[in-house]
Amino acid sequence: MAEIRNYTLNFGPQHPAAHGVLRLVLEMDGEVIQRADPHVGLLHRGTEKLAEHKPYNHSIPYMDRLDYVSMMCNEHGYVGTIEKLLRVEVPERAQYIRVLFDEITRILNHLMWLGAHALDVGAMTVFLYAFREREDLMDCYEAVSGARLHAAYYRVGGVYRDLPEKMPCYEMSHLGSEKEMKYRNQAREGSLLDFIEDFTERFPGYVDEYETLLTDNRIWKQRLVDIGVVTPERARQLGFTGPMIRGSGIAWDLRKKQPYAAYDKVDFDIPIGSNGDSYDRYLVRIEEMRQSNRIMKQCVDWLKNNPGPVMVGDYKVAPPPREKMKDDMEALIHHFKLFSEGYSIPESEAYFAVEAPKGEFGCYIIADGANKPYRLKIRAPGFAHMAAMDEMTKGHMLADVVAVIGTMDVVFGEIDR
Amino acid sequence: MSIEDKLDDLEEALEEQLEENHAECKWIRANGELTLIVPREQLLAVMQVLRSHHDLGFEQCIDVCGVDYAAYGHSEWNAEDAPNTGFSRGAERETITDFQAESRFAVVYHLLSLSRNVRLRVKTFLDADYPVVDSVTGVWNGANWFEREAFDMFGILFSGHPDLRRILTDYGFIGHPFRKDFPLVGQVEMRYDEDKGRVVYEPVTIEQRTLVPRVVRHDCRYEEGRELVKEEEQADG
Repeated sequence: MAEIRNYTLNFGPQHPAAHGVLRLVLEMDGEVIQRADPHVGLLHRGTEKLAEHKPYNHSIPYMDRLDYVSMMCNEHGYVGTIEKLLRVEVPERAQYIRVLFDEITRILNHLMWLGAHALDVGAMTVFLYAFREREDLMDCYEAVSGARLHAAYYRVGGVYRDLPEKMPCYEMSHLGSEKEMKYRNQAREGSLLDFIEDFTERFPGYVDEYETLLTDNRIWKQRLVDIGVVTPERARQLGFTGPMIRGSGIAWDLRKKQPYAAYDKVDFDIPIGSNGDSYDRYLVRIEEMRQSNRIMKQCVDWLKNNPGPVMVGDYKVAPPPREKMKDDMEALIHHFKLFSEGYSIPESEAYFAVEAPKGEFGCYIIADGANKPYRLKIRAPGFAHMAAMDEMTKGHMLADVVAVIGTMDVVFGEIDR
Repeated sequence: MSIEDKLDDLEEALEEQLEENHAECKWIRANGELTLIVPREQLLAVMQVLRSHHDLGFEQCIDVCGVDYAAYGHSEWNAEDAPNTGFSRGAERETITDFQAESRFAVVYHLLSLSRNVRLRVKTFLDADYPVVDSVTGVWNGANWFEREAFDMFGILFSGHPDLRRILTDYGFIGHPFRKDFPLVGQVEMRYDEDKGRVVYEPVTIEQRTLVPRVVRHDCRYEEGRELVKEEEQADG
């Protein structure tokens, strides 16, 4: 009889289902996984060290590049920590704008996750559907910040600027007909808030579409039910957060438990799973999209009726308005100092966390009185989830590894930092 | 129940439990957060109490973070005898040697209690020559990778860790990149060598530039007990 021995298999880093640059060394017994050893760090850029060599404000764009599918939530975590250290009170309108864009980001992230997860498991259509809606939401990003992905829209003390009065429209080109252009622009006639309102009306129908494709799909259920089961006890031990811990049946959501920005003023529910398997996490995230939609609606209503400032008036942390600089010497000096040297934060330290779409995204800053952070530590949710790879895949088949990577919703920008 | 009330309760419970376990800890309360400073030798025992005791109940270890305090409070800005040419003029960057060797490194743990909805920061200081501390992976399994990261970035050793390997840096990497004496541009650069037919590593050829020097300023607005200037006054003023 031939000798039977374990087989070591390299999964990635150039595997389409490795979600970026994961190198997974799998020890296989036939087709069953004995041990999974993820090698991460292929995308390590040293964000934390780079931030230590830059004034506080210069690092905001780095945050977009951490978890590059939930950009504004990362910014929120970073500017929130600085605001905590500086004891800055953010204007209420800016708080609501942040909540609105946090939820837009959550939907963006979950759509990306849903499309990629379904594609990994073998369903092509969902990916195309999800990207259709992502397009609209990225247009919202573009309307407020000028960038579709790396927005750098949240600033210390508020947001970069107020929501635009006019939603950008598609322009006529030699390719499309006038009728088609009119159809594509029909939701874009009014302001950005009108566009978002229209989106919130349409979106629940879209979620129903995804659900018709997946929720009762026989193949989808065969691939996800009872795969990667995590008990509540293990979820706590392993430091899970976000949909990963909620999928295991623990109703933990920072937006509810430790509310920040304007989350204590909006109404929403926390969905939880019961079995802690990949299918439950799928259901949790689908429901989260519906809840995000609900929050967005409330924010749009509030923002339409409550104009006001979106940035603090403290010129030590926020730039003075352009007109003021024309005839006010002090404003000019403030502007110059802010953009050349930046502001110094007195000796102190703080940790501030937000409920990012993937889980708890936190920043820990040690300030020593300088204009640059002494130490910035980024707590990325995906890092703790990836660490559980071995435990979640042990005893499963090779094909289930793909489902488990999908259900963890990993992005290597934040894991490797 | 506000955060301050919760911290009051936590402080009370901590005082009681730590005294019972003869742990010599200090705590600092600032910014609505509680930091517990634990001596290195007692870390594991204290952590076990923090996790298991029903009055404390920190079920989750959210984060483990290494810190190098070697350059703490140093300013690079030297406007007096700086040359007036060069890219990073006015910025001094020299190797710092006057740090306190017995507390150069620190490991910071962020704990979270789901049942009590409260956070705690635990900090322990390590010396420069022998930075070793007990691993908490036995208390919280999730700390495994976080400790590997602190080892990789700072060279802090965690005794009792089941698998203390490098995690984020390249295979065969030398040095600990987040230490303050490790340059931002790194030590080596790599390129593909046509003749050798493989990737080669060479010492870096670029020079580190300081775009904005590090300046330490004392802002009297944030002095102890002083209220912040109100927003409206600022806006008018």
